[in-house]
Amino acid sequence: MENDKLIIGGHEFNSRFILGSGKYSLDLIKAAVENAGAEIITLALRRAATGNVANILDYIPKNVTLLPNTSGARNADEAVRIARLAREVGCGDFIKIEVIRDSKYLLPDNYETIKATEILAKEGFVVMPYMYPDLNVARSLRDAGAATIMPLGAPIGSNKGICTKEFIKILIDEIDLPIIVDAGIGKPSQACEAMEMGAAAVMANTAIATAGDIVQMAEAFKKAIEAGRQAYLAGLGRVIENGASASSPLTGFLEN
Amino acid sequence: MEQRTNHMEYLPDMEQIDSDIKDRVIAEMNAYDPAKYTAEDVKLALEHETKTEEDFKALLSPAALPFLEEIAQQARLETRKHFGNSINMFTPLYISNYCENYCIYCGFNCHNKIHRAKLNYEEIEKEMQAIAKTGLQEVLLLTGESKKMSDVEYIGEACKIARKYFKVVGLEVYPMNSDEYSYIQKCGADYVTVFQETYNSDKYETLHLAGHKRVFPYRLETQERALMGGMRGVGFAALLGLSDFRKDAFATGMHAYLIQRKYPHAEIAFSCPRLRPIINNDKINPKDVHEPQLLQVICAYRLFMPFASITISTRECQRFRDNIVQIAATKISAGVDVGIGGHSDGEKKGDEQFEISDSRNVKQVYDALCKNGMQPVMSDYIYV
Repeated sequence: MENDKLIIGGHEFNSRFILGSGKYSLDLIKAAVENAGAEIITLALRRAATGNVANILDYIPKNVTLLPNTSGARNADEAVRIARLAREVGCGDFIKIEVIRDSKYLLPDNYETIKATEILAKEGFVVMPYMYPDLNVARSLRDAGAATIMPLGAPIGSNKGICTKEFIKILIDEIDLPIIVDAGIGKPSQACEAMEMGAAAVMANTAIATAGDIVQMAEAFKKAIEAGRQAYLAGLGRVIENGASASSPLTGFLEN
Repeated sequence: MEQRTNHMEYLPDMEQIDSDIKDRVIAEMNAYDPAKYTAEDVKLALEHETKTEEDFKALLSPAALPFLEEIAQQARLETRKHFGNSINMFTPLYISNYCENYCIYCGFNCHNKIHRAKLNYEEIEKEMQAIAKTGLQEVLLLTGESKKMSDVEYIGEACKIARKYFKVVGLEVYPMNSDEYSYIQKCGADYVTVFQETYNSDKYETLHLAGHKRVFPYRLETQERALMGGMRGVGFAALLGLSDFRKDAFATGMHAYLIQRKYPHAEIAFSCPRLRPIINNDKINPKDVHEPQLLQVICAYRLFMPFASITISTRECQRFRDNIVQIAATKISAGVDVGIGGHSDGEKKGDEQFEISDSRNVKQVYDALCKNGMQPVMSDYIYV
């Protein structure tokens, strides 16, 4: 486990928990980051204020990597402009692409996401696209220069768990980039499940924000993610679906 | 008294769009009988994870009132899931109170003897500077409805000035044609709210006696024209207390629902105004829409469209506002002045549209939100 690093766009991380920041008070961010052991925290650029009121940037510990997202973008063009703005205001080169043209479920638009990924990767961004788990799209994103793929487990904010499990497994099997499960994870056990499957990391926001005790829940997620990762590295034993395996094998009649 | 015009007929300068949403909303509303729903219907509605149109009707019915606590609990949960503890802050800026309409409940109506005024560009800028100093980053521009006194170009210029000081610029002015919305959007505003007041066209006719606003169908199609013009989001509202508030709230929700289905990218917002006293008529009141009924309506909006923004007006008192943002509302105004020119040091130039109940400044509302465990958010949008 000690040498087990998460590598995104050439950058090394020890933690596999990406923390969202949008749904709870700023004064809790520092404690949440510390208890979650998170090294990456997302930031909606549209929230990053300037002026004399509370600015989210002031609350994020300096040793944590900022992952600005393009939420609010409805097409590739807007996502690209928000990403450039993020870089200009000093948020670094990481960018999580969110292109959403659906105000009800907030499901990502895969086509526009590919277009934005291609443009931003060429401009030197470390591009982390949020997407609906589709293998062909994941391949296109990889080819367009994505640093990771961030498939959704369930609609944002739903806390429903990994509803898209089978499709995320396919991405994990087929795409040689870190697969980070984003959106929908509602409790630590589900984060653990994602990690056991071989996800490279998990991102959560609402699950933490809607918890009774935000800081404690952040820590619970940290432990679950570590446990899931360790189980994945240890290699899960096989699951015997229908009772035990037969004691008298069917092939016993064969002559050697 | 002069002959009143046909309120269902478009005037020559009004764009007519090809859409069935207006007729569907009215048909649905006419078919809704709030008295028909029982406690069982309400319980069933509460069990459904996604609320259907029938559930929405049940939640708005008188039968739902005894379940208000349960409804509020569920509404709070949905709000938290979609918004966390974020509450957006903004303030309205009235730049003109000239009005050509005769709406009998409104302080700006053209027959009401009040001080009229219109800010020039310099004054607008001064007002905006004063507002921006409070830390707010979202402004809502309002006018009375006079296209003569505050034309599209004037509003466009005001939007351009607003873009210098604010990240989010919303509009609450007279309804426009889609090409005009397109122009205004390029000037910097991209959120349009228009109150339908009431969706009951017969009642509407008796309240809006003259002016552009008298034309009922043109007003009802405003949100769609705004989206056709490229606006990012649209706001809906019935002025509760004018007509049967349950049916009006239902129509408001259905209107938003149908618009969102047709324009899935559109951001949807609700306002929940109740009638208030005005200058020269302090008798106006919200009638049968008491606080429990208002809470019921707001929670029903939340449960029917959990992702929608809900604004709580200064028409309501501090106690109600401080509590409703912890349950269902996601946007609150502060430092509100509904007259003309009251934000900067200069003297107020024009009178108010209605009486406000919560006169707290930005800092007071900000602090109250924090004290109640909420997170005030000044901007949740980038205009790119």
